[in-house]
Amino acid sequence: MTAQSYNFAYLNEQTKRMIRRAILKAVAIPGYQVPFASREMPMPYGWGTGGVQVTAAILTPDDTLKVIDQGADDTTNAVSIRKFFEKTAGVPTTERTGEASIIQTRHRIPEKALRDDQIIVFQVPIPEPLRFLEPRETETRKMHALEEYGVMHVKLYEDIARYGQIATTYAYPAKVGDRYVFDPSPIPKFDNPKLDDCPALQLFGAGREKRIYAVPPHTKVKSLDFEDHPFEVQRWDEPCAICGSRESFLDEIVTDDKGSRMFVCSDTDYCAERQRAGARP
Amino acid sequence: MSPLLSAQGIGKTYGTRTGCRDISFELHAGEVLAIVGESGSGKTTLLRCLSGHIEPTVGRVSYRMRDGRVLCLTDMSEAERRLLMRTDWGFVHQDAREGLRMGVSAGANVGERLMAVGARHYGNIRAAAEDWLARVEIPGERVDDSPWAYSGGMRQRLQIARNLVTEPRLVFMDEPTGGLDVSVQARLLDLIRGLVRRLNLAAIVVTHDLAVARLLSSRMMVMQQGQVIETGLTDQVLEDPQAPYTQLLVSSVLQV
Amino acid sequence: MDTVLRISGLQKSFTLHQQGGVTIPVFNGLTASISSGEAVAVTGPSGRGKSSLLKLVYGTYRASHGAIEVRHEGSWKDIVSSAPHEVLEIRKKSIGYVTQFLRVIPRVPAEMIVAEPLLERGMDEDKALDRARGLLSRLGIQERLWHLSPMTFSGGEQQRVNIARGFAAQFPILLLDEPTASLDAQNRERVLDLIAEARKGGSAIVAVFHDAAERQRACSREISLT
Repeated sequence: MTAQSYNFAYLNEQTKRMIRRAILKAVAIPGYQVPFASREMPMPYGWGTGGVQVTAAILTPDDTLKVIDQGADDTTNAVSIRKFFEKTAGVPTTERTGEASIIQTRHRIPEKALRDDQIIVFQVPIPEPLRFLEPRETETRKMHALEEYGVMHVKLYEDIARYGQIATTYAYPAKVGDRYVFDPSPIPKFDNPKLDDCPALQLFGAGREKRIYAVPPHTKVKSLDFEDHPFEVQRWDEPCAICGSRESFLDEIVTDDKGSRMFVCSDTDYCAERQRAGARP
Repeated sequence: MSPLLSAQGIGKTYGTRTGCRDISFELHAGEVLAIVGESGSGKTTLLRCLSGHIEPTVGRVSYRMRDGRVLCLTDMSEAERRLLMRTDWGFVHQDAREGLRMGVSAGANVGERLMAVGARHYGNIRAAAEDWLARVEIPGERVDDSPWAYSGGMRQRLQIARNLVTEPRLVFMDEPTGGLDVSVQARLLDLIRGLVRRLNLAAIVVTHDLAVARLLSSRMMVMQQGQVIETGLTDQVLEDPQAPYTQLLVSSVLQV
Repeated sequence: MDTVLRISGLQKSFTLHQQGGVTIPVFNGLTASISSGEAVAVTGPSGRGKSSLLKLVYGTYRASHGAIEVRHEGSWKDIVSSAPHEVLEIRKKSIGYVTQFLRVIPRVPAEMIVAEPLLERGMDEDKALDRARGLLSRLGIQERLWHLSPMTFSGGEQQRVNIARGFAAQFPILLLDEPTASLDAQNRERVLDLIAEARKGGSAIVAVFHDAAERQRACSREISLT
């Protein structure tokens, strides 16, 4: 089958319109999970079908797409989604954060600050932050409607009681625009501060759970915490072993079978750009 | 002072079957009312209507809020009703597992209501939880244990602490001592009795056990086939029962 | 002295539904009035309703007809027609009742049982316990028993705890059902002293005494049920 036999960006126009309506609603009610008729995609659930549908619905021929998975442009998930849109939409792709107009991501927000002409699309596995304590969907929706969020703090309380600190390090719940508590997808809590007052539009798509939600540009996003256990991001003792950055989120890499390891930037583009500029450890 | 809670003509039908019907009464602050009757007499249905868990088919339940307004349950917004249920009211289930969050620690169970009304200081929440565990005679070192690791009696006491932490004015109890050993029952009843008096709690207790009613309540309502057949002060109903069924009930209690 | 209790046209009968619906009449138009400072003995043969009269006044038995009016906080309240919460309020402040037997509650210590009527009126716990301990010691209950539940006490000891409880709150009206039964001579004296003191303090007492001599010592007149 040739690429020309697909509609632009794979989905038919009706479906894209349906998704765009959901996105508009999501932007209008920041943090609210809008149900949408998620389609079967030519990839399995868990591979970013929600994010792919959102990207497909907002993509135009003038866009430049970047796809990252855990911060990296060269992992299987990122490569396959990038190829998918190259084939079905024919749009240019890039690995450089600054050159992209749409960034689809799994588990990270780029280190380079986003701009107001960019859109970031998150792939979300479980959109419901209350699910951990309340399995009933009917009940969680009611809790959102009535702003009954005490139970979110029960989870954080349990962390402190068990580990002496808030041990939740990813998918860290936050409140959007002083109203809805949301799950910012499994990004590390290191990235939570980037959600706040971000100039770029942030869209979240959960394919299997059929939900879309959004954080419009310059919206307040406050990570939940206790007065005596304030929200904190992760810190590392050493800089990136390749570019020497002390500001970025580091991955631990095991380098041999003797247990040697190194810490390097999870955001490959950020690391590469610093190297091009001459940064060294 | 107007009554805390007032029920007017409460009835609940399920199709052609009657859960309870034509029930009216008033409950004042600090009063403990026992609803007794055999299984299927409609007492639990009535309790669920009164506590806002189900909507009665006919009739009204009104409640005097902390600010003095008297509101009908069905006229309240759902947000208001749910807030009431987790602040000024408590509900103690017969099966503690229904009333507890079994997946989190005892401390979190007690602290949840505080967090739900905006407490955001971990140290204070934990201190309040420990204080309440002590008041229901659970050792402080069990604060981080899961309710799964608790005995039946302890779970029930934990459930009570979880309900009372926001200092409600009214607590609904559905067979609070049901399914517990007799020795455990006595301790629990005494504890409830003490808390009710010290906190000037009003309570509506559903039980089929006249001894529980005698120990906890100042007033009783006897139900049979969905209707209230006799009401009065607890000592009145037990010592001078009027209705044939109540006389049978009272005379059926084994003297020990 | 002021009248504090008025009984008028009191009728009471029991219908026993479990025994073929037989009706047992007890009172048929009893009328009486009692003033503060006096002690009235209820007399009559066994089974004539002496204890029943006390229970009717306390509201434990429901009158079939008539009125039982009690002076409560400066106004008259009819026990027969009052709502349950009103009867409770009257009991809390205006009527005390010493039953024949103590109703023991597991785990509640003797001193707490005695202090309870005071606590219910809102007295602070230390003060209430002080008064309770004073009465227990006056009635010869040893200090080592005060913080134990009377569950294991002898009959006489239990009865003295019961009496201490009745006298703790200095009720304007006090109903006593055979307060000296099961007590030894010394303790009987102590109880009679308490009654005399309560009368001096202005309480009106309605009592059933088994023993005629005690009755005559404690009471100023009789309501005879024949």
